[in-house]
Amino acid sequence: MVPLWSFLIVAAALFCLGVYGVMARRNAVAILMGVELMLNASMINLVAFWRYVNPGEINGQVFAAFIFVVAAAEAAVGLALVIAIYRNRRTVDAEDINLLKW
Amino acid sequence: MGDVVFAIAFWVFTLLTLGGGLAVVTVRNLFHAALFLLVSLFGVAGLFVLLVAPFLAAIQVLVYMGAIGILIIFAIMLTRGMMRLEHPFNSQAVAGGAVALLVFVGLVLVVTPLADEIGLAEVNIPAEIIEEDDPADVDYETVSEMGRVIADRNGFVLPFELASILLTAAMIGAIVVAREDEA
Repeated sequence: MVPLWSFLIVAAALFCLGVYGVMARRNAVAILMGVELMLNASMINLVAFWRYVNPGEINGQVFAAFIFVVAAAEAAVGLALVIAIYRNRRTVDAEDINLLKW
Repeated sequence: MGDVVFAIAFWVFTLLTLGGGLAVVTVRNLFHAALFLLVSLFGVAGLFVLLVAPFLAAIQVLVYMGAIGILIIFAIMLTRGMMRLEHPFNSQAVAGGAVALLVFVGLVLVVTPLADEIGLAEVNIPAEIIEEDDPADVDYETVSEMGRVIADRNGFVLPFELASILLTAAMIGAIVVAREDEA
């Protein structure tokens, strides 16, 4: 087996890729894809800690399953918002969506 | 499973996960980015299999790659004109990259034995957990155990029901938000 920290590093790298995507991308759909990467990184962490620290109980996997639910809800609502904004303003460029910006 | 086979599988899935993830945030064409997102999610499913979480791996393929992947591709196609922005990155892209790199360096210091060596160990997770590489075997069926715990009154019944309500509310909300006004 590989040590626990190699899984943690994979998750950390994936999370940081997601952070970069969220901060640097202009298209709102691309920003949502960055958020998906971050959620996946957190799931790798949960399952890895479950496997290496407490494999006797199933709790870690159940937690990860709840993240799936939250991720699905987030994707559905987020993409619905993107489509609604595109319909009203003909753009999904996060730079141009500044109606509420001070 | 032999240690070598495990290590090779780990590196293959890591390559898929991180390579796909890197392409997601750098590729200019958004449709290609969505396809690379599927590659990355497949890599994560493989890591779940290595971590003895077959149910999560199946859900990852069905829900994430299937449902959410198609949802994202649909959204990209419905906003087709925005697929190739002239400048896909905003003006703070360099700063964003620096911040992401900084976060990564911080996380690496916290989660590897490296921190132990340069004297940061007391703020960390104990080193023997981090360096654990031979965990106890999982000697039960994870899928059926998970089903039992989710339906158990002393287990996760309440969070499970709350998750169902959250999902229902989110789906209704998504339909209402995305629906065309026929006023």
